Amino acid sequence: MTAVLTYLAGKTLRLATLLVAVCALSFWLMHISPIDPVQAYVGADMMLVSPDQRAAIAERWGLDEPPVEQFVLWATSLARGDMGTSMIYRQPVSTVIGERFLASLALMGTAWTLSGVFGFVLGVIAGRFRGTLIDRVIRWYCLTLASTPAFWLGLLLLMVFAVWLGLLPVGLASPAGMLAEDVTWLDRLRHLVLPALTLSIIGVANIALHTRQKLIDVLASDYAMFARARGESETGIILRHGLRNVALPALTLQFVGFSELFGGAVIAEQVFSYPGLGQATVQAGLHGDVPLLLGAVIVSTLFVFVGNLVADLLYRAIDPRTRAKAPS
Amino acid sequence: MSDLLEIVDVSVSFTRYEAGLRRQKLEVLSGLSVDVRRGEVLAVIGSSGSGKSLLAHTVLGILPGNADVSGLMLFGGEELTPDRQRQARGREIALVPQAVTFLDPLMRVGPQVRWGAPDNGNGSRTQAQRHVFARYGLTSEVERSFPSQLSGGMLRRVLLSTAVVSGASLIIADEPTPGLHPEAVAETMRHLRELADEGRGVMLITHDIETAIGIADRIAVLYSGTAVEVCPARDFVSDGEALRHPYSHALWRALPGNGFTPMTGAQPSYGDLPNGCLFYPRCDRATRECAEERPALRDVRDGTVRCIHVT
Amino acid sequence: MNGAAPQTHPSAGRVSCSRLALSGRQRTLLTAALAALALGVIVAAGVLLPDTRLATDLGARNQAPSLANPFGTDWLGRDMLTRTARGLTTSLALGMAAASVSALLALALGMAAATLGKAADAAVSWLIDLFLSVPHIVLLILISFAFGGGARGVIIGIVLTHWPALARIIRAEILALRGSEFVRVSRRLGRSNLHIATRHMFPHVFPQFLVGLILLFPHAILHEAAVTFLGFGLPPHEPAVGIILAEAMMHLSTGRWWLALFPGLALLAMVRAFDILGDNTRALLDPRTAHE
Ligand SMILES: Nc1ncnc2c1ncn2[C@@H]1O[C@H](COP(=O)(O)OP(=O)(O)OP(=O)(O)O)[C@@H](O)[C@H]1O
Ligand code: SF4
Ligand SMILES: [Mg+2]
Repeated sequence: MTAVLTYLAGKTLRLATLLVAVCALSFWLMHISPIDPVQAYVGADMMLVSPDQRAAIAERWGLDEPPVEQFVLWATSLARGDMGTSMIYRQPVSTVIGERFLASLALMGTAWTLSGVFGFVLGVIAGRFRGTLIDRVIRWYCLTLASTPAFWLGLLLLMVFAVWLGLLPVGLASPAGMLAEDVTWLDRLRHLVLPALTLSIIGVANIALHTRQKLIDVLASDYAMFARARGESETGIILRHGLRNVALPALTLQFVGFSELFGGAVIAEQVFSYPGLGQATVQAGLHGDVPLLLGAVIVSTLFVFVGNLVADLLYRAIDPRTRAKAPS
Repeated sequence: MSDLLEIVDVSVSFTRYEAGLRRQKLEVLSGLSVDVRRGEVLAVIGSSGSGKSLLAHTVLGILPGNADVSGLMLFGGEELTPDRQRQARGREIALVPQAVTFLDPLMRVGPQVRWGAPDNGNGSRTQAQRHVFARYGLTSEVERSFPSQLSGGMLRRVLLSTAVVSGASLIIADEPTPGLHPEAVAETMRHLRELADEGRGVMLITHDIETAIGIADRIAVLYSGTAVEVCPARDFVSDGEALRHPYSHALWRALPGNGFTPMTGAQPSYGDLPNGCLFYPRCDRATRECAEERPALRDVRDGTVRCIHVT
Repeated sequence: MNGAAPQTHPSAGRVSCSRLALSGRQRTLLTAALAALALGVIVAAGVLLPDTRLATDLGARNQAPSLANPFGTDWLGRDMLTRTARGLTTSLALGMAAASVSALLALALGMAAATLGKAADAAVSWLIDLFLSVPHIVLLILISFAFGGGARGVIIGIVLTHWPALARIIRAEILALRGSEFVRVSRRLGRSNLHIATRHMFPHVFPQFLVGLILLFPHAILHEAAVTFLGFGLPPHEPAVGIILAEAMMHLSTGRWWLALFPGLALLAMVRAFDILGDNTRALLDPRTAHE
């Protein structure tokens, strides 16, 4: 019990220091940026801003304070749960992030599950038939995928499914001219398919290659040799010992992969105009929406941290090797 | 002739690819002959790399794909073909592994042991496993534990249980007591002796001559992949004059109690075996004839030996 | 006794001779050379294809691939092959420059962590954690934003985000070396830390460093392309491959598939060539796989 508490306390402390550092670093980066937040706020199309207007805007956003005070101001309101107001969406950052992160979660969750399942299956097949043609095909496919730019794959899918076959929409999660409330679940699903497919296809590579290697290790292990000596068939060994021993590292890898998953979502959402947090991050960056960009950095950091934490906890909860010995 | 396992002139070679396109055949077991009888413990001794584990794997038929086996193996009087091995593995011939790493770390011990029991329906596997656990004083708590949760002593009994539960008539124990303290070794040896006394044949593979002498009925001495001598264990006494092969003598004299005379030289490497007697480069009784061809297997005084100068 | 061979394993490999008569090592070398050659061809094309092919030619707009324009032409009649080769060369130069600086950073931090004591080690580990705690793309966007976009922002972004993995490898390698005999002897001889680091440790980690460096290139190039595609990297008038693909996206609904297909495929080929080069170099330098 105390061990668990110590562990959690340690993790919390680490998260806290990381978050503070990430916030400070991001804030500093924003501060040194030559992009004028006032200009960004007003929009590039409005060429002239009078000094009065500029001052008013600056005051409203606290932009005329010295940087350290700005940071303290921002950090204290952040601590109260107030992430400021998004300049481009003219809504509280927490509202924007709340909505968009949910949409991103639907996308990432679908891709995460699909890539996990397919990657695992491909990896098991390749490992079982190591060195054969099928193994080489799977390996070649995965290595090629690992070198494939995600945005280009998205473009190809868009070209094939949306433009040529006309099956799926070319973008825009809520079709133009429709109110958000009128968008049916089916519409949402249709808009989800292509970006999720892009992310899943890319995500398969890593998990498949990893699973393949783990299975090869398992099949070369002492316990697999002993199972053979006891008359278990190769397939039986994979079913009884292989899957069990490969599943946990594979699942862990999937959770550790949250960082890349989010990165992929940023790109896929931008290509498919999917209204998730990734797209909002890109827009915030392009239009100098500092509060939103900072909010996105914090949320994505938390997301990555949670992935790592779950991976860690999984090992502790499931792997008996991390448990104490029974009294003899 | 033996009624349980008979191995006649068995050789095993591995095909390897050298740098370039040259394929090299590496003969590791060469002309090995030995037998195991019901009710006895046959100890197989020899230094590291002499082919002890390989012998066990050959009998079980679990060599890697690049291995070639030639020679004759009989089990219960029948030829031990790959098909017959597949049938017998884990049912009639059982392996007692060396260490905890031979158990699946993520599977509870009970089900792992149970799997090897003959399935007669109606939970017979569970019953068989509990029966064997009871015999070795393992509780139902052990049954539900993972390997990593058990102490060394319990684990050794679990490993033994995997073989006993199968009902196999031939048990091959490959170094079952690596680096253990004397009491633990004695306990394991007592268990193996019991199994032999119940009518099974036990092949005990070990480094340790003294342990082997203490428990075995007969001893096979391996050198460079062949059995240079197979003889009654009682021949390993006093100054070893009852032994036949020069290598057996040298092994015996190297023991602390028997003069502690260290052996010079090393086993030849498998890529570069001598043409004649494998022990020729290190033998103090070697003559020119020894280098000409491999000594034939000879019956000498209640044992077999591969040396042309033994009488 | 029949003494015959009742059991052989006919499955045992009888291949190899029919294949190219090359040893594993030679085949590795050849593969690496081919990958390097492919990269050379891309650069040569980027440098040698004449500017005239990039001139606006309204008579030759939107042409599908042909012998004269294997990758087709764009809406201004520019040759897509030339644009792609230029774009890839730009991306390659940028990616290699950034990855090299990042690798040097990794080397410095990895060596510092392993040799300068506990505090330095903890500090470097913490830095690694910090830079791994934010998704790469997000951090790249942030840094590009901070430096006002353009090549500078991308290069700094890649330099700052790509070092952690290699720094870990180098740290581990040096920690393993520190316990080794010759380093201890050197220390007993009173050699300074700097002497030991440069004379003993650097030569030992150099192969790892080299392989790590080569394997950083494809990452860096992919990230550069992605960031540029998103609009944070090179400005639209630079011929980077990310720009070409972003433009292709705008023309997607016209059905001019060649605008997106070939540049992306060429980018993929370039990244894969670097990967192959890196992996095979590793195999050549690693004594364990050298004889496989
Ligand atoms: N798959 C293989 N390919 C090539 N050579 C092999 C293979 N397996 C075993 N050998 C060789 O066979 C020889 C005998 O190995 P084996 O494991 O039987 O020795 P051992 O007597 O059990 O030694 P130890 O006491 O160390 O366990 C070794 O020298 C090894 O190099
Ligand atoms: S045959 Fe010759 S070399 Fe071999 S053991 Fe006998 S005496 Fe020694
Ligand atoms: Mg062995």
